[in-house]
Amino acid sequence: MSDSAHDFRYVASDRRVREDRRFVAGKGNFVADIDLPGTLHVAVVTCPHAAARIKAIDKSAALKMPGVRYVLDGAELAVGTDVLIPGLETPNVPRRPLAFEIARYSGEWVAAVAAETRAQAEDAAEAIEIDYEPLPFVLDAEQAMEKSSPLVHEKHGTNVLLDKTFVWGEVEKDFAASPKKLSLRVKWGRSSTVPIETFGVVARWDPWRDILDVWASIQMPRYAEQIAAALKITATSVRVHYDVDVGGSYGVKRGIKHSVLVGYLARRLGAPVRLIEDRLENMRGGDAHGPERLFDVDVAFDNDGVVRAMKMRALENLGAYAGRSPFQLGKPIGAIVGPYKINSVQYRALAVVTNKTTQDAVRGFGQGPTNLALERAMDEVANTLGLDRLEVRRRNLIRANEFPYLIPSGTTYDSGDYETVIAKVLADTNYDALVKERDRLRAEGQLAGIGIAACLEPSGGNATFEALLNPKITTSTFMDSCRIYVDGNGTITATMHTTSSGQGHETLVGTVIGELLQIDPDTVRVTRADSLNSLPSGTPVGSRMAIMLGGAAFHAARKLKDKLTAIAAHDLGIPPERAVYAQGNVYDRDRPANRRSWADLVGIAYRNIHRMPPGLEPGLATSHIYPVPTGGTLPTADGRVQMYPCFAFEFHLVLLTIDPDLGTPKILRYRVGHDCGTQINPKIVRGMTMGGIAHGIGAALYEEFAYNDEGQLIAQSFMDYLLPSSHEVPAIKIIDHETPSPHTVLGQKGSGESGYLGAPAAIANAVNDALRPLGVTVNTLPLKVSKLGDLIAEARSK
Amino acid sequence: MHIKLTVNGETHALDIEERTTLLDALRDRLGLKGAHAGCEHGVCGACTVLVDGAAVRSCLMFAPQAEGSAVTTIEGVTPGPGELSPVQDAFCETHGMQCGYCTPAMILTAHALLAGNPQPTREDIVEAISGNICRCTGYAQIVEAIALAAERVRGANAPVEQRK
Repeated sequence: MSDSAHDFRYVASDRRVREDRRFVAGKGNFVADIDLPGTLHVAVVTCPHAAARIKAIDKSAALKMPGVRYVLDGAELAVGTDVLIPGLETPNVPRRPLAFEIARYSGEWVAAVAAETRAQAEDAAEAIEIDYEPLPFVLDAEQAMEKSSPLVHEKHGTNVLLDKTFVWGEVEKDFAASPKKLSLRVKWGRSSTVPIETFGVVARWDPWRDILDVWASIQMPRYAEQIAAALKITATSVRVHYDVDVGGSYGVKRGIKHSVLVGYLARRLGAPVRLIEDRLENMRGGDAHGPERLFDVDVAFDNDGVVRAMKMRALENLGAYAGRSPFQLGKPIGAIVGPYKINSVQYRALAVVTNKTTQDAVRGFGQGPTNLALERAMDEVANTLGLDRLEVRRRNLIRANEFPYLIPSGTTYDSGDYETVIAKVLADTNYDALVKERDRLRAEGQLAGIGIAACLEPSGGNATFEALLNPKITTSTFMDSCRIYVDGNGTITATMHTTSSGQGHETLVGTVIGELLQIDPDTVRVTRADSLNSLPSGTPVGSRMAIMLGGAAFHAARKLKDKLTAIAAHDLGIPPERAVYAQGNVYDRDRPANRRSWADLVGIAYRNIHRMPPGLEPGLATSHIYPVPTGGTLPTADGRVQMYPCFAFEFHLVLLTIDPDLGTPKILRYRVGHDCGTQINPKIVRGMTMGGIAHGIGAALYEEFAYNDEGQLIAQSFMDYLLPSSHEVPAIKIIDHETPSPHTVLGQKGSGESGYLGAPAAIANAVNDALRPLGVTVNTLPLKVSKLGDLIAEARSK
Repeated sequence: MHIKLTVNGETHALDIEERTTLLDALRDRLGLKGAHAGCEHGVCGACTVLVDGAAVRSCLMFAPQAEGSAVTTIEGVTPGPGELSPVQDAFCETHGMQCGYCTPAMILTAHALLAGNPQPTREDIVEAISGNICRCTGYAQIVEAIALAAERVRGANAPVEQRK
């Protein structure tokens, strides 16, 4: 199916997003807006060294200051709490909210002050005297692997946390049989999602009910459970409130260490405690950096540019501690060949610790860097052969008639029509005219380049990469749930079971239920449970909620519809197959006047149980726990597994110039073809795509958590970590195509990531096209103005 | 120190520390939570409010500095409970937001722009919001919202026969 052929009522129509009304009025419920009487505020003391032994902490001056209630250090917290749960089996790499004995990066939290106001806490934090003994440190991932390197965690015996090689197919044979080979080294710089709202958490302990109430700007699976484990209390003693609006996340809002710290203090002090990071705390010690990855890629191809095999070595610089961050090397395995028919692949995933800030999940969970490496390789294959870059991609693309398509690493792609998407973009753009425009700009003395990149967005979030990288983990599916309750008056409430950070999940649930029940979605009240009255949710990770929460809402509504139909059939005295549901009413197919209205059916379910079909439970409440489609299998011994169920496709086309004297890049044209199947809410999908591209522009050109040789983070404010403003993001045109997924309830796929997954590769390819006349290749992101200027000056001086 | 702050047309007498920012005074003392802290060093613009009609970063201004000025927050441009200004409504129409964190500031900046320039070009809009960082949207639907609001306000103010 290549084009829209559905007759939806509300799905795919241009409806408003219901969450927006509260946000435009400033009435969101963000964590910093939560004011509990008697709240104590936390400020943290951070280590100024890249690595240091903590010899002594003198709290006495701080404790005498106004409003100060407590100073907590790592030694006390290490006794009072368990270490944070790691992803890999690395017992000698313990991670705690506050450094214990040794601090391992500049900015790591060493102590925390609780005071009556945040200002008092900050004042007191400055008065805490800490005696440090600086230790040797290592910042570079390759140096960290050398035998002579200082060890970040001495007990672990090495800085390497993960070194695993996968071979899928006859890689050596394919390399030997291919007439052409090339190698390239690609580096993805350390950046992140950096939401405008920092992470924040408020916790209150109720000793009479044994409940720790938690409000947080969180986007994280198993959050309540992890807090409970670290605090050594039962999971049912933690109640996370999911009605907190999260001010942006894109993966990274996973403040588990903040939450354990605050939870501990709330219990210790018997008062509500809150920690809202300031920007410095967020950027240095918030443990929210993203991947910093070095790729060595070898590809084997024939004289026509058809790529037969690939060897990819990915070395990740994790920073000082590892939660789930090493798994970001695993997720790309589910789309390791991108949209291309590469026959065999060798993949070596390497993760090392260094004395930099700890990472957490970033949009795409490692797929963005991998896509950069893959797309740079495709460009270089074309350049090596002197072929057109588009033509080389076309020769390697999976064809529409080849789906479902099994890739070497064990995942089957669901659907797609990549050639048509590309053709639509080229037709809309007039590609020949774009080439002429580039050449005209070059003739005028400018450096101009066209960038091309395709990308896949694996969606549906089945995190079986965990089992692939840590065999002790045997989780094979990640669920989501929805509950629908029709009350005795006939009004509908649907409940979801996680927080949101701008994805419009309330709109999603309302739309899907409205579609199924054929009623106005705005009449469906959508609420959020808390963690003590919720059903399972894998949370909005892995571009999954349209698929997973949409799927759960769909099936809960289907069950409700089935129940209404059964009640009506019984009451009408007709066989169930003759009862037809339409817009809340049920009628007899053979005698349409013979019908029961919504009000009739609600009345029967709640007040006339004598009219209910025997055995059917009274009331109208349904719920559904939805497993990931295609999930449920663990990896084979040779490392193959079906990972995510759905694969959206994007094709990016960029024209940019680089000022030959200053090195300033300027994007002149940006077109993107986008196919994420059925778009449940087109406004949301469009925003996700636009925002993802803007984020990708940042990663490609501006954003980097840069360190100096002393191990100090030198990009720690928005004056040196540059987020794209409206000036840096050009007008972008999206060309939609729709190839429904066969695995999802409405044909939908994920859409939260592909803009970000494709843009950095497209921009890097455009920059390289612009610099080619100078004989310059650059494969290191970000491509900052200063770097480009230096490269151009150097090339010209030769 | 004692100060008098005029916010959304109402004057409040406050006893505050000199170092209190306007942002903290609005949020913590007056309960006006629509202004948000983003970077607290004057780059992201999430704390933007109007001071005498101009878009100003409330994190860079001390509350005492706002004495004698008229401060307008998002609560002040919202016409009433459940009612939206044309700019707010246009943001809903185009979905000019995602997480909503930068949104009140973005809307106040748009109000300031449109007050002085009822017919802004795309470039005018891009320039006006360039001090407000949005991490979610890539700005496209925000620019569209402001253009739509401008068009609607112009239409509403035009004689009936000249309306589209």
